[in-house]
Amino acid sequence: DIDDEGHKYYLELELEDVLDKDSTVSCTAEVLYHLGSRASAPDVQVTVHGELRSTQEADKEFYNWIRSLEKELVAENIPDSHGNIPPELEPIHLLAWVASGYVIWQNSTENTKFHLAQVQHVKQVKRSDEDLQFDFVVLLHEMVSQEVLPWEVTLLWHPQRGARVSQS
Amino acid sequence: IQLDFWLAPRGLGLPVDIRVPFRSLQAVKAHLEANGVSYSIMIEDVQALLDEEQTEMLRSSRQRSLDTNTFNYEAYHTIDEIYNFMDMLVAENPNLVTKLEIGRSTENRPLYVLKFSTGGTNRPAIWIDTGIHSREWVTQASGVWFAKKIVQDHANNEGVASILETMDIFLEIVTNPDGFAYTHSKNRMWRKTRSKHPGAICVGVDPNRNWDAGFGDAGASGNSCTETYHGPYPNSEPEVKSIVDFVKSHGNIKAFISIHSYSQLLLYPYGYTETPAPDEQELHELSAKAVAALSSLYGTKYKYGSIITTIYRASGSTVDWTYNQGIKYSFTFELRDTGRYGFLLPAKQIVPTAEETWLALKVIMEHARDNMY
Repeated sequence: DIDDEGHKYYLELELEDVLDKDSTVSCTAEVLYHLGSRASAPDVQVTVHGELRSTQEADKEFYNWIRSLEKELVAENIPDSHGNIPPELEPIHLLAWVASGYVIWQNSTENTKFHLAQVQHVKQVKRSDEDLQFDFVVLLHEMVSQEVLPWEVTLLWHPQRGARVSQS
Repeated sequence: IQLDFWLAPRGLGLPVDIRVPFRSLQAVKAHLEANGVSYSIMIEDVQALLDEEQTEMLRSSRQRSLDTNTFNYEAYHTIDEIYNFMDMLVAENPNLVTKLEIGRSTENRPLYVLKFSTGGTNRPAIWIDTGIHSREWVTQASGVWFAKKIVQDHANNEGVASILETMDIFLEIVTNPDGFAYTHSKNRMWRKTRSKHPGAICVGVDPNRNWDAGFGDAGASGNSCTETYHGPYPNSEPEVKSIVDFVKSHGNIKAFISIHSYSQLLLYPYGYTETPAPDEQELHELSAKAVAALSSLYGTKYKYGSIITTIYRASGSTVDWTYNQGIKYSFTFELRDTGRYGFLLPAKQIVPTAEETWLALKVIMEHARDNMY
């Protein structure tokens, strides 16, 4: 407990690479949930103790594929009702997961537990700069209330510059 | 060149059939022509045929199978397919399995329970239900697998065959059929029933908040538009009332297991109060054993404990009611996974999930059999 501020948590975490189960990296984090009903996102500080696997090749391949499409990519229901994801849409699913992470962080309290339930809709938006832009509608499942609600979030991504949520 | 002979050379003057990889096509044609060997093309594109076959196989796995041996346990099914499966199972095993109709849903769908019994009259029994929350598809799919497994064990005189010597097993696979039909036709994320009560703005009641144990207390919602709406009064939902009536009139159920997904948890009462259940120690130890058995198969990690300490406060939940009725071994499972796919668990995980869960269920069933009360 931090007087007049809120509750601070000190965490030791292990990151597991979803695409390479044997690869783990330790992290430490501090999370401060603010007092009161101001409903602001918790403050988070993370330190990664180790190296994350390089994904340069796969990033480049995906980037080039999207840039080569004649029409902007549009997709729905990832995974589908049966849990299937077409292999070429796996990277889109992973980017949606990142985008969801931002929304979850912005909306988390000590009494919420969110997961990405499904990507309801994704639309690529062509840009004049080098970034890829994806407008997502993600369904987030909140464990305590059991609600599954749609959230709109726009993600910018570039192989070198990484992922950023667009604030516009 | 990598030629693949489908009809190998047998002798002079007899034909051969060769599958030629695309990159070798020109070379092979040139060679045959240069040597005056006549040929004809039987299949232009083998890959296209393979792709077509694949599509057909996927499509036919959805078509009605003729018996429970050809039924596809590795796929998700519709309510009609599951109801058909039940009928086939009964027809194939009339001396072991009967189908009971314990009531009707709001939309008048039959509520079916499979009874597995080797005889006796009103033997002590185990109850298992799946699919009470319709979007938790791996549970109904697992229920189908459990039904077949019980029959197989009995036929091979192994596994639960010994339990069936002295106890009956009741299995309700589609506990919320209206919700399940809705997840197929309109909204894959539907959880509740499909009832519309006077004065309620929205449709549906959470069937796991509708039981008469701490009904309406903190841990459920009074707002019909929420996922945890408890309903206007306990047992307002026919899906719940039918089980209540069944349990009371049977009077000899010794273990009651209600199956949900996801989170990978094994839970026992209570959810509506922090007061520990009188049998907490025994239930906790039994949970530890059951979870160890489950993990032994594929290493899937489960946590366990009372509902309120392990997941969250929940009032009006199924196993709190059954426990208060005197059914000591009352448990709730939350199956795979822990959020990566959540409700949309890939179909290829159905059988592994069912297999590991079954090991935990057997531990509970055997304990109930060996600790009659």
